Amino acid sequence: MPGPAPDERMRPKGRRNTQGIRVDPEAEVTHEPRQAVLSALVKHRPGVLSEVSALFSRRQFNIESLTVGPTVDEDTARMTILIEEPEPGIDQAKKQLRKLVPVISVRELEGEAVRRELALVKVSGEKPDDINAVADMYNGQAVDASTDSVTVEITGSKQKVDAAIEAFKQFDVQEIVRTGAAALERGPNTLEKDV
Amino acid sequence: MSERASVPKEEDETEPETEQEPVTTGAQSVIRALENAGTDYVFGVQGGAIMPVYDALYDSDINHVTMAHEQGASHAADAYGIVTGDPGVCFATSGPGATNLVTGIADANMDSDPVIALTGQVPTEFVGNDAFQETDTVGITQPITKESYFAADSDTVGDDVSEAFALADAGRQGPTLVDLPKDVTQGETEVEPGRPETPETYEVPEEADDENVQEAAEALAEAEHPVILSGGGVIKANASNALREFAKEYEIPVITTMPGIGSFPEDHELSLEWAGMHGTGYANMAITNTDCMLAIGTRFDDRLTGGVDSFAPDAEVIHVDIDPAEISKNIYADYPLIGDAREVLRQLFDAMPRAPDADEWRDQCQTWKDEYPMDYDTPDDEPLKPQYVVEQFSEMTPDDTIVCTGVGQHQMWASQFWEYTEPRTWVSSHGLGTMGYGVPAAIGAKLAAPDQEVVCFDGDGSFLMTVQGLSVAVREQLDITYVVLNNEAVGMVRQWQDGFYEGRRMASEYPWIPQFDKLAEAFGARGFTLESYDNVEETIQEARDYDGPSVIDAHIDPGENVFPMVPSGGDNGQFALNEDHLDMI
Repeated sequence: MPGPAPDERMRPKGRRNTQGIRVDPEAEVTHEPRQAVLSALVKHRPGVLSEVSALFSRRQFNIESLTVGPTVDEDTARMTILIEEPEPGIDQAKKQLRKLVPVISVRELEGEAVRRELALVKVSGEKPDDINAVADMYNGQAVDASTDSVTVEITGSKQKVDAAIEAFKQFDVQEIVRTGAAALERGPNTLEKDV
Repeated sequence: MSERASVPKEEDETEPETEQEPVTTGAQSVIRALENAGTDYVFGVQGGAIMPVYDALYDSDINHVTMAHEQGASHAADAYGIVTGDPGVCFATSGPGATNLVTGIADANMDSDPVIALTGQVPTEFVGNDAFQETDTVGITQPITKESYFAADSDTVGDDVSEAFALADAGRQGPTLVDLPKDVTQGETEVEPGRPETPETYEVPEEADDENVQEAAEALAEAEHPVILSGGGVIKANASNALREFAKEYEIPVITTMPGIGSFPEDHELSLEWAGMHGTGYANMAITNTDCMLAIGTRFDDRLTGGVDSFAPDAEVIHVDIDPAEISKNIYADYPLIGDAREVLRQLFDAMPRAPDADEWRDQCQTWKDEYPMDYDTPDDEPLKPQYVVEQFSEMTPDDTIVCTGVGQHQMWASQFWEYTEPRTWVSSHGLGTMGYGVPAAIGAKLAAPDQEVVCFDGDGSFLMTVQGLSVAVREQLDITYVVLNNEAVGMVRQWQDGFYEGRRMASEYPWIPQFDKLAEAFGARGFTLESYDNVEETIQEARDYDGPSVIDAHIDPGENVFPMVPSGGDNGQFALNEDHLDMI
């Protein structure tokens, strides 16, 4: 006796969302993206940066910035990666990152972690006094000046750097470079040890 | 020691012999590292930049199988890895040699098959200069390996190979690659390679957290509609016996994934065979209606799940995997158990408070088996049905027979209508879906298990992609039976065009395909043709009896399609049994 046709078969009432999580069939559940700061210790050797950046690109994780630099241990480098993903994506990014062989450890830094980035802003040099005044407001300083241009260095949180750049727009901004965020946990904890 | 249907050959001693000559070059150190790791066979193709390594191989006891194309070398190594459980090894030169390996490496990566690829590279001083046969092999392969190494020094190149070998085998298996610049392999060194050890950053979980195991076991015992979903990881972890004991003790129906075929005997009453796009109707009904799924060693690929929204929507999921990155990647795990499948199954076995009360559910599964049997018609007035050829072959051969395939309709028929009972007897390309996998894979499988019968089902399109491998099977006198289920088309594409593209058969029909029996004879193999039901058994028997490679060109019904079918992204429970059903869903 052949069984029922496709649309006549018994079916469960439940369903899953796109992340594979069981959800209330009646309610629409979406995970809002949030920003996370991932800090990773990696082996300091050729190819690691491309391995990490390729991972984020091929798995379609949204990264806002990625910085890398040496640590006190010359064999180890630290990467700071800002990603913006819904919750399951952040967790997945951490696990995929940890899986790369040159990656020693990965941690998401808490929201209150110290986050800094640096920007250099080159503006028209017509109003040096005004430029210095704005730079002062953001604890920045002019690091280069010519008859036609002034370059100002700003360091701080992303919000502060954004605001500073906005303020400098009145001076005919000619060029901007930003480093992306570097971050460390507050307090005595490190990636290698929890205190 | 892997779980094998039989033990085909004596295990080689892995301890290096004490009277080995000391190494004098980087290349010798590379070969020594392979010897230390217990390598029996290398599949490869010669070329300029890899010549020093081949020169060192001249003095080694390792057998080298010269392949007709590097793609075949990587597939043969892959199949060797599947059948033995130990990394298969392939060699290629720089540039085109390395890029030809890529398909096989990607295939191994998708299916977690242990493979180590060693590629020649131009001398270090030319790297980056676009030298002859230079390509960025590490850059190309990094995304498709567990790790790709660039050997920087003659003194450490042996260690690189040892580590790559260990890494391919450890934890979740997969491919690794070491790129070998010619000056590094030619360079002098007296440094012997270290023992194969995984890198210090690589952690391999063994047992799962006891508390999590306890909670999972209680959830499973409480279930009314429990199923086990057994993936390829069960076979990779040599956990098939542990799975069988667990399922039988607690009487839980078992569904496998395609790579999990063979992890549980398909002739057992608890078996529902495999689920997914072309899985059995009963497996797809059970996986849709389960309330608790013990999923082991599976990555919930889209060909298994169909649309995620309708995949086991009422089920609590217990997910056992050795790779933490697979947990909740595609399907949320209510009970994540990170560890080795065999260890965790043992833990779960002990932690189960009782068997689930599932008499009714098992009856329901049986009803589905009765309602949606895997059968097909064989009308006299229609051409030969491929299912019949597969089924006949299955009945004529011992349980430990190894089946290799290409990719396409023939692969589905070979997986649906052959009865699998033993692990490591199903050798196929799942995740990457590589047409052309079959011919070289059968070579690797046969050398891995010379005492087991090896049959390769292929399609006409798939066979033609790697047919040059027949020359290798002939030269090595490998007793392989190739069955080309020939419908003069890339049949799966043709099936989709008929189903979803209004029958617009663009570039899918192959009426220009050669006569494969004659082609086989040209290579020095035996060739047969099969056109009717009258001589199916007789032809199969003749081909099996021939001591060497044979090819049966089976002209099958060109209109035959693969069913059941869950359209891409569809609801597994709404599988179609025929073309009419496809219009309903």
